[in-house]
Amino acid sequence: MLRLVVRRLLQLIPTLLGLSVLLFLWLDRLPGGPASAILGEKATEAEVARINRALGLDQPVYVQYWRFLKRIAELDLGTSTQTGQPVWDEFVLRFPATVELSLLAILIAVAVGVPLGYFAARKRGGWLDVTAVSGSLVGICIPVFFLALILKGVFAVELGIFPSYGRQDTGIDATSVTGFAVLDGVLTGEFDASWDAITHLILPSIALASIPLAVIVRMTRASVLEVQDEDYVRTAEAKGLKRSVVRGRHVLRNAMLPVVTAVGLLTGSLLSGAVLTESVFAFGGIGSFIRQAIDARDYPVLVGFIMFIALVYVLINLLVDLAYSLIDPRVRVH
Amino acid sequence: MSLLTVDELTVTFGGRGRKESRAVDGVSFEVDQGQVVGLVGESGCGKSVTSLALMGLLPDKGVTVGGRAEFDGTDLFTMSRSARRDLRGSKMAMIFQDPLSSLNPVVPVGVQVTEILERHRGMKGEAARKEAAHLLDRVGIPDPTRRLKEYPHQLSGGMRQRALIAMAVACAPRMLIADEPTTALDVTIQAQILELLKELVDQEGTALLMITHDLGVVAGLCDQVNVLYAGRVVESAGRRELFAHPTHPYAHGLLGSIPRLDAPRGEPLSPIRGSINDRIAWADGCAFAPRCDRYEMGCLTGTPQLTEPRAAGHQVRCVNPVLDDAKAEEVTA
Amino acid sequence: MSVATKTDKIQRLAELTAVKETSTGASLWREALRRLRHSKMAIVGAVIIALFLVLAIVGPYVAPYSPTAQTWRNEVFPNRGEFVGARGENWFGLDHLGRDVFSRMLVGARQTLLVGVVATLIGLIIGFLIGGVSGAAATLGGDAGKRVDSVIMRFIDMMLALPSLLLAVSIAAVMGQSLTTVMIAVGVVQIPVFARLLRGAMLAQGGADYVLAARSLGVRKRRIVVSQIVPNSLSPVIVQATLSLATAIIEAAALSYLGLGNPDPAIPEWGVMLTQAQRFFDNAPMMAVYPAVGIIITALGFTLLGEAMREALDPKLKG
Repeated sequence: MLRLVVRRLLQLIPTLLGLSVLLFLWLDRLPGGPASAILGEKATEAEVARINRALGLDQPVYVQYWRFLKRIAELDLGTSTQTGQPVWDEFVLRFPATVELSLLAILIAVAVGVPLGYFAARKRGGWLDVTAVSGSLVGICIPVFFLALILKGVFAVELGIFPSYGRQDTGIDATSVTGFAVLDGVLTGEFDASWDAITHLILPSIALASIPLAVIVRMTRASVLEVQDEDYVRTAEAKGLKRSVVRGRHVLRNAMLPVVTAVGLLTGSLLSGAVLTESVFAFGGIGSFIRQAIDARDYPVLVGFIMFIALVYVLINLLVDLAYSLIDPRVRVH
Repeated sequence: MSLLTVDELTVTFGGRGRKESRAVDGVSFEVDQGQVVGLVGESGCGKSVTSLALMGLLPDKGVTVGGRAEFDGTDLFTMSRSARRDLRGSKMAMIFQDPLSSLNPVVPVGVQVTEILERHRGMKGEAARKEAAHLLDRVGIPDPTRRLKEYPHQLSGGMRQRALIAMAVACAPRMLIADEPTTALDVTIQAQILELLKELVDQEGTALLMITHDLGVVAGLCDQVNVLYAGRVVESAGRRELFAHPTHPYAHGLLGSIPRLDAPRGEPLSPIRGSINDRIAWADGCAFAPRCDRYEMGCLTGTPQLTEPRAAGHQVRCVNPVLDDAKAEEVTA
Repeated sequence: MSVATKTDKIQRLAELTAVKETSTGASLWREALRRLRHSKMAIVGAVIIALFLVLAIVGPYVAPYSPTAQTWRNEVFPNRGEFVGARGENWFGLDHLGRDVFSRMLVGARQTLLVGVVATLIGLIIGFLIGGVSGAAATLGGDAGKRVDSVIMRFIDMMLALPSLLLAVSIAAVMGQSLTTVMIAVGVVQIPVFARLLRGAMLAQGGADYVLAARSLGVRKRRIVVSQIVPNSLSPVIVQATLSLATAIIEAAALSYLGLGNPDPAIPEWGVMLTQAQRFFDNAPMMAVYPAVGIIITALGFTLLGEAMREALDPKLKG
């Protein structure tokens, strides 16, 4: 197990290095370069030269790249041109909100998607199956931000059931401990704050869950259909086992294997979706921040974000791989 | 009275708009207490479907089962689903063809053995594990306590089949159905597995329904043999009688097509012409007629019935059976 | 579309060509076509696509008004939240600048199709080249070829690891706002998908008996790749291209929502229209619904046809 972890971590290094080269080159190619990003379009040449010297941009490329790497290793992603704060600090501040949102979204997607896919497969061709399959095909085709807009328009603006923006009502005086609004409320005993945070989470997380949900439904369905015809399921039936055991231990457990991998791979699309969803609901996470950074051409934030996302994505998939090796004994033997 | 009586069993696939196809077309046979009965035929003759129908393992949709099957005094096809479930694994058990795909890859072997003990013998925890280890030991798996914790992919092919046999005999069933249990194994392992089956059956007095296309297996194991063709029994006899006097042209051809070491050099093998797809419906006559060397006009006038043209208890479904023993020689068992 | 469906499809599709070898190639396609004709999914998808194509071709000629003329400028007041909905002379109402939404939808279909097609072509062509080189190197290039292949695949996997939308955002950020940027950004995202798919299919083909036979007969390697392996590896690529058209249209809309789309809002394109309309969503939701529904239905058409093709080609999934 440890060896697997170490090996997978080592495999990350070339990927991240390659990525850093791409990002470095990208940063280098930005319109006008960092100098004009800092000084604005109307900077004089002397000023640009001064800034370039100050930033070490007059040095050879490999020196610059090395310094870029060193900075990244020290988690120094530069300073946001919007807020004047270090990019890393901005991320750390906003990350809990996005984690909260993404976790709830993936939870919804799994909690709804797996049973739905399972029962759709069990009653193949029935009304549930047809609804689930066509629903998930349509779900994949709805732009996330449009779904978010509709949800907000109907349930927040028209019906007023849920709040339409933000993470918490301004009226609620919540104590921040971890930055995770729901968890903080529980830790400090301010359950009203937790509840308020949850109501703020519901609409954005439903919007964000739409694509993962569609994927998980279809994946579970296909997987169950394949597994229930396997010989070992017939063996289980031949042993006269209770239905619940046949379905749980023999069908579902095997059918879940590809779904687990899918959940890991969905993280990428989840983070893209978070950028779109958060900006519709002005949810104070990384997504909203990125949206603002795009508008403000805040390049240090964008570069830092891509590096950050790549790291998160890669780490989550590492975790998923490890989880997979726990449930599928066949990959453990190496 | 026999333990299992199968009477005019039919299994039809399709229907409801789709084209029907009859896989089993009126199969009848009996299995006595402690007897080893063979169901022999080439692939597609309906032998596996027969076994699945008896176990109640055919899918609910798109399959119609007809006829009667009486096991230990009760009709299998009219009993409730839950009663059937209670019967499976305890009184009737089954061993399948491919041991690797028949074991759940993500569940330890031990759990796959103990789950049947929990289900039918009410054993739990340590007692169940102990009994499971005992079972593995009994089917000849060395170091059983260690093997219980392992996963199927960690066992060899022969050991996997032994593990499946351990599960099948876990509740000391009255009857065991084995569907080509040795086809997927190496030849040396095949012999070991057959030996094991024979031993278990002899010790416990379990009846064994052996489904196979391998006449060697039949010769080594079976007391009574039923030869199936196109979903019907075409010949039924004791092992010695059948090998000595194969009377249906199909059975005759099957035995004739076995390569023999003592045959004169240069003598060609005599395969049966065509394949099982070249057939006609039993309602129109003998399904084997298109492939038969002894075909005559009478073959196509209605379904041939089982008769005993040679000896009592030796049933043959043929209007023009092979009664001269010129070519049939005894196959030593 | 998500990475998960991508990788999954890539694997599955790549395996399909291996199946193809067992029957003859032509009959597999014929069989697939036969199944496609009986698939409701395929028929609905094809009808939607056909309608969309007709719209894209004739749209600009049948539009009742100019899509850019602010003819009814004096009737809408976005600041006060006063808009004009559907009415006799403007079937889909007016937008925030007093332009006829129906005309803009008709004319915009062509732009939307253009974005999807160009983006997919970019991904298809570059991905095809990369995947082809990689696949050829891996199947027939010996040890050196395998090394080339593994380097290329490392790079491709790196691209796959980046969330597609963010990759597109970064490309768009470098190139500035324009429709071309959107097409390139969305197209680049598709490159690794096509590359992996073609390579996987070629690898499956490379092990096939007929390749071995051709080699033992002394057919030149390049000839085997060009005339045998590549043609036999095409079907999954064609299926993926259909599915990619849907993805491209949706992602182009997302990019323009993020403010990276066409800076010239005068040229109607459904994604841009949707982005503009969302600002007024609370007062005039229908203004956003028309382009959104257009995008959803179009994407659905391509998805349905693509999925149906995938199922038709995959004997394991039939039914």
